[in-house]
Amino acid sequence: MLTAAFWFFATLMIAFGVSVVLLRNPISCAMCLVMSFIALAALFITLDATFIGIIQILVYAGAVMVLFLFIIMLLDLRTEESRRLNVGATVGGVLVVSGFITFLVKVVTSDPSFAQKLPPLANPQIPDVKLIGMTLFHTFWLPFEVIGALLLVATVGVIVLSKKSLR
Amino acid sequence: MHLSLIAWITLIVPLVAAALILLVTRTNKPLAAGLAILSSLLVFIGAWILFLGHTDADYLGFNWIDLGKNFSIPFGLAIEPLSRTMLVIVASIAPLVFIFSLGYMKDEEGYWRYFAGLALFLFSMLGIVMADNLVMIYIFWELVGVSSYILIGHYFRKDSAADAAKQAFLVNRIGDFGFMLGILFIWLATHSITFSAINSSASNLSNLGLAIGVVLIFCGTVGKSAQFPLHVWLPNSMEGPTPVSSLLHAATMVAAGVYLLTRIFPLLAASPDASEIVVWIGAITALGAGFLAIGQDDIKGILAYSTISQLGYMVAGAGLAVSAALPMFHLFTHAFFKCLLFLSAGSVILGMHHEQNIWKMGGLKNKMPLTFLAYMAGMLALSGCPGLSGSFSKDLIMAHAWEHHQAIFWVLVAGAALTPFYMARQASVVFFGSPRSEHAKHAHESPLVMVLPLFLLALPAIGAGWPFFKHIFFPETIGTLEEPDHLPHFVELIFLGAFVLGIALAFALYRNPAKDPLRIPLLTNRFYIDAIYDWAVANIQGGFARVCSFFDRWFINGILVQGSASAIWFLGFCLRFLQVGNLQAYAFFFGAGVLGLIYVLFTVH
Amino acid sequence: MPTLANYLIASGLLFAVGLGGVMLRRSIIVIFMSLEMMLSAANLSLVAFSRYGLINGHQNYDAQILVFFIITVAAAEVAVGLAIIVSLYRARQTTHVEDLDTLKF
Repeated sequence: MLTAAFWFFATLMIAFGVSVVLLRNPISCAMCLVMSFIALAALFITLDATFIGIIQILVYAGAVMVLFLFIIMLLDLRTEESRRLNVGATVGGVLVVSGFITFLVKVVTSDPSFAQKLPPLANPQIPDVKLIGMTLFHTFWLPFEVIGALLLVATVGVIVLSKKSLR
Repeated sequence: MHLSLIAWITLIVPLVAAALILLVTRTNKPLAAGLAILSSLLVFIGAWILFLGHTDADYLGFNWIDLGKNFSIPFGLAIEPLSRTMLVIVASIAPLVFIFSLGYMKDEEGYWRYFAGLALFLFSMLGIVMADNLVMIYIFWELVGVSSYILIGHYFRKDSAADAAKQAFLVNRIGDFGFMLGILFIWLATHSITFSAINSSASNLSNLGLAIGVVLIFCGTVGKSAQFPLHVWLPNSMEGPTPVSSLLHAATMVAAGVYLLTRIFPLLAASPDASEIVVWIGAITALGAGFLAIGQDDIKGILAYSTISQLGYMVAGAGLAVSAALPMFHLFTHAFFKCLLFLSAGSVILGMHHEQNIWKMGGLKNKMPLTFLAYMAGMLALSGCPGLSGSFSKDLIMAHAWEHHQAIFWVLVAGAALTPFYMARQASVVFFGSPRSEHAKHAHESPLVMVLPLFLLALPAIGAGWPFFKHIFFPETIGTLEEPDHLPHFVELIFLGAFVLGIALAFALYRNPAKDPLRIPLLTNRFYIDAIYDWAVANIQGGFARVCSFFDRWFINGILVQGSASAIWFLGFCLRFLQVGNLQAYAFFFGAGVLGLIYVLFTVH
Repeated sequence: MPTLANYLIASGLLFAVGLGGVMLRRSIIVIFMSLEMMLSAANLSLVAFSRYGLINGHQNYDAQILVFFIITVAAAEVAVGLAIIVSLYRARQTTHVEDLDTLKF
């Protein structure tokens, strides 16, 4: 069952990702990206990372993409007009992407240690929120505080940047 | 107190005095003079203690450069019979000159500069005397040159004095270049630079190597001791104050060249080719300078050429390769009587209100009797009057020349005839006859502070050559000072005859003349050597400098410096076109670069 | 049973799609969205390594903490980036990337 779940959600994720790149209307792109993130969250759940999966939906799909939609609506972006196709740039982009995929497949299949099956957990009953919480507040409490400061700075920065200049 | 400490203190005290004078005594004239005189007296005491201590030692100070067994330059003092005797000479004359300067420089400007320069010179000269290796002697050699530059250029506002100082330094540098090559050569051949080591390895070198090394080191002597062809600076150095001329350019500094030769005497004696060159240059200088002295009208100029001539005698004595004591003996006596002659000339100049042309003097023996007496003592000693110090040393050199090298003998004898001639010319024009100018009529004797050193110097000028002193100051360990065996008696008569002939001829020609009866252009223009050098420097060196300038401007600057800068600029200019302003182009470059990196990492691993 | 290689290839493909979006699309907003896709792909491979690299049956949660931080930072980055895009739109009245080329030689 895990295999079926994996293939289903992985295909969904990639398909919606490709449609983000191909669709013309920015709202459609945003919506496809939301779906892609939800599929990604499902993949996280299959990996027993339930906390991360929920956070992905809450933060990414729920906050970040909503922000994107707000901005698209604020700027009132329509379907972008199609201009003359820049052949060189397109070819270059396609080349880089295909090169990357080739390398990826080569590297991943070359190492036999990547072919291991899913190893069983020692005690799968404990919810991983508790374990993540313990790691976060025991080992990583300083980065945690710094992240808080970072969010504060980002908030202040956003407010400053989006002010209309007072003349 | 330990003798090594005394040696180091003797060396350092004048330097400390010079530093103090420089820093503290700009306006306080008596303090400046007092510090300098005090340092010279301390040096005098230290030198005599070292001399009478009769301990030969090599006091190592520290290893200045130490790069392993083959290349180490120590900094140490060598106290051995030769250096002890030279130390006594320098340390005994210096205080007398310093005290004389008190009177001579009383009204001059730059008082503190003068005494600081003298103290610095004393330090450098002591360094030369006590150095135990070639590099250290070279360092102090240059320091002495610097002090000479400072002191010759004391009246630097006068163009002639500034030019003379520059010329002295540059001509010495030419000789020092050969000296440096000699040091390198000797080091390459013997892998050491201390005198004790190289003197004992004289037999290890090939004949050619030995000759080349000694001749190169002799170049330093040619420069410092004003031998032909680098003699041109010494007459011009008379632009400095007279006590400077007496101390530096008569008694001690110019004698340093001869001292160097005696320090490497085993090498010189082992190389007949080098000795031949040395002895001929000495003899030519002795005779040529004697001729040039006849055509001089400046009281100090005559004495300058006389110094050059006597230095030629010393160098010839060294070149005879008989013993290291032979040139040193003449150096010893010459220091005293030449210093005496210069100081009395200074007394005369001061009495004549700084008039130096002998044709404006005359009849001074009545106006300045004490100076006259001192001068006569020095003049007779120089001319080789039997019984005075000069005759002992000069005749000894000529006697050995008769024994070993007859051609040199006749050249030296000719010089020995010229010496009394020009000295008697000077004496009769300056002191005898009637006054030729107002200054001469109103000349007065110098104060006691100047006359006392004169008399103190007259004593060794008369007696330094007597056998008693000879044996004290020149023990057998330095070298033999005996007359050569089987010296025919007529040789001694030749010496006496030269002396009498010179004096008689001079008195005949120069009995109270109004102007010089002997006007030989060749002599008054110094054999035109100065003019030849001027032309050579302006044209040959100037032309070479122009070629170098062209090369520097077009090749080194144009191609290398600016060319490389332009190449980089051009490269930057081309790379500028990568900044297209298109975001996605940058993303493309970025992605392609990452791919390349992954490829390299993947294939390398 | 999906192997680690499967998850890694899935993550890599998502990353490649995001990279393609950055290089091929002309609208700033869509480029930004593709950027977020690339970040999420990295998160996926981190979580996969965390799950597959067990020590004595226990996961090392450091990778998941890192994912937590990445999500946080990505959120902050999106906020600030969109604020900048808004200012840019107010100044230039365009979101087309080819029009924003004043920083050239």
